[in-house]
Amino acid sequence: MRIIVCLKPVPDPKHWSRLALDPKTGTLIREGIPNIINPLDRKALEAALQLREREGGEVITLSMAPPSAMPVLREGLAMGADLSIFLTDSAFAGSDALATSYIMGTAIRKLARYDLILCGDQTLDGSTSLVSAQIAEFLGIPNLMHVTAIEVQKSGVFHVRSQIERGSMLVEIKAPLVLSVAKEINEPRYITLMNILEGEKKEIRVWSSRDLSLSEPWVGLKGSPSQMADLFIREAKRKVEILQGDRSEMTKILADRLHRMGYC
Amino acid sequence: MQSEIWVFAEQRQGELVEVGLELLGKALELAHPAGWKVASVLVGHASENALCEQLLSYGADEVIVVDHPLLGSYCSQSYARILGKLVRDYNPKVFLLGATAMGSDLGARLAARLRTGLSAHCIGLELSQEKKLLAVVPGWGGNVLARIYSPHTQPQMATVMPGVFDMPQEKEATGRIVPVDVDLNPEDVTYQILEVKREAGQEQALEKAEVIIAGGWGIGSREDWELVGDLASALHGMVGATRPPVDEGWAKENQMIGQSGRMIHPKLYIGIGISGEMHHMVGIQNADFIIAVNRDPEADIFKMCDLGIVGDFKEILPGLTKEIREKLQK
Repeated sequence: MRIIVCLKPVPDPKHWSRLALDPKTGTLIREGIPNIINPLDRKALEAALQLREREGGEVITLSMAPPSAMPVLREGLAMGADLSIFLTDSAFAGSDALATSYIMGTAIRKLARYDLILCGDQTLDGSTSLVSAQIAEFLGIPNLMHVTAIEVQKSGVFHVRSQIERGSMLVEIKAPLVLSVAKEINEPRYITLMNILEGEKKEIRVWSSRDLSLSEPWVGLKGSPSQMADLFIREAKRKVEILQGDRSEMTKILADRLHRMGYC
Repeated sequence: MQSEIWVFAEQRQGELVEVGLELLGKALELAHPAGWKVASVLVGHASENALCEQLLSYGADEVIVVDHPLLGSYCSQSYARILGKLVRDYNPKVFLLGATAMGSDLGARLAARLRTGLSAHCIGLELSQEKKLLAVVPGWGGNVLARIYSPHTQPQMATVMPGVFDMPQEKEATGRIVPVDVDLNPEDVTYQILEVKREAGQEQALEKAEVIIAGGWGIGSREDWELVGDLASALHGMVGATRPPVDEGWAKENQMIGQSGRMIHPKLYIGIGISGEMHHMVGIQNADFIIAVNRDPEADIFKMCDLGIVGDFKEILPGLTKEIREKLQK
């Protein structure tokens, strides 16, 4: 089985206070901020590694980011991925979910043979949760989101559990397919020093737009239909009455207020 | 098909999901002053007649009905295929869906199919002078919101969090039903749902509660979390939470309020030990009255509440709960 895992380098939440928005494009300025692998994408990778352990095959990670994010891709290789493909090009900058999905989908198509594509349900930074379903649409293959369990039923047929409102559904679905995983699916393995050393020996293959047969108007900022119109501050149309005092006084004031409002 | 705004009317087992009606109400509010019309789009098999009447009674100008034996059960690929064709044939300017499991999935595929922009998990919608759809999403940290739009592509799409907009009033139906025939082959349905499991005991949803008592990181321990529950039970309310109590296991995932949780609109919300981070506050923006109890007078929630009590909840809650119970017994 050949599994492709989409790993997104995202700014480390510990440094979010240093993030700024580009006032012109509305995209994030993230230069100089350390990256981590998006936590749910690590779970997607863990799910892929577990499937490889049971079924055999190959796990390839696929990432798109500025060149500075390259070191973090070693982490996926240290966890156990066989190969990392890194899509990086200044032409990709400013891509929204649609343009990103198109570029990722085109890269996957270049790999020709694949059974399963795994993503995380959402990322820490963008959180639009669009990319997995949009990659599937570009490739013309089925997809499921919010996945908590993946079983191979027989060759090319999966039984997948997917969360829905107040419950879950069990779905029979055929390869090739795209699944995005929920946080409940697993706990990713720890990386040992030995794993890190093994990861260093593996290949990170860098692809730019020249390596992919992309249609130019569909990538980067120009190929991104979604734009930010403006930022604004919410008006707090609240009464903002703040009281401070000793405990019995505060308790009494609250109880009286709730009484007058008809709650007791 | 004359409507400029289309709203996906999600159904589950033959019942309309509320967010589809909330969006219909909001769409009507945006469309009519602009001289536009609104269509609800209903996709499924065999349960459509009653649902059409319902959608008309909530004010839809048109109900576009796609009924096909292969559409009885949701599949993102087949649904995106038929809706993609309908949109290409009739060119609506705006297409809205609820940010549910189904709506998010379907909206994403449909937007890719139509190569248009989709604003995901919105908490507000506006129509500009130029009739562009502006979708409001929380920005990065702080009290900042962003308006997102797709000025050059059509339809302009958005998925909107359930519970953001009020249900529309029912009235006399004046709209019309427009049935549409579609071509679909068995191989277009690319997966089979074998089983649907619903968790018991969660029928009373936070979105419907009139009184919600929510706790945050400031509660500090599982033992003290019970004080939140005690106050909620005295007030016949439900318990909500911010992210940390869910991560700590004091509260369940389905109790989480905010951008990645539930959007609530109770009459009364009391936040205990909650600092007021934006991703939680967007979830309570539609509460009628917000009370905050926090030890830290600098907590952000004190800028966004109706009544703020600076104090230690451990000293206030037990006495408050007791006093409420006593008042109720009188």
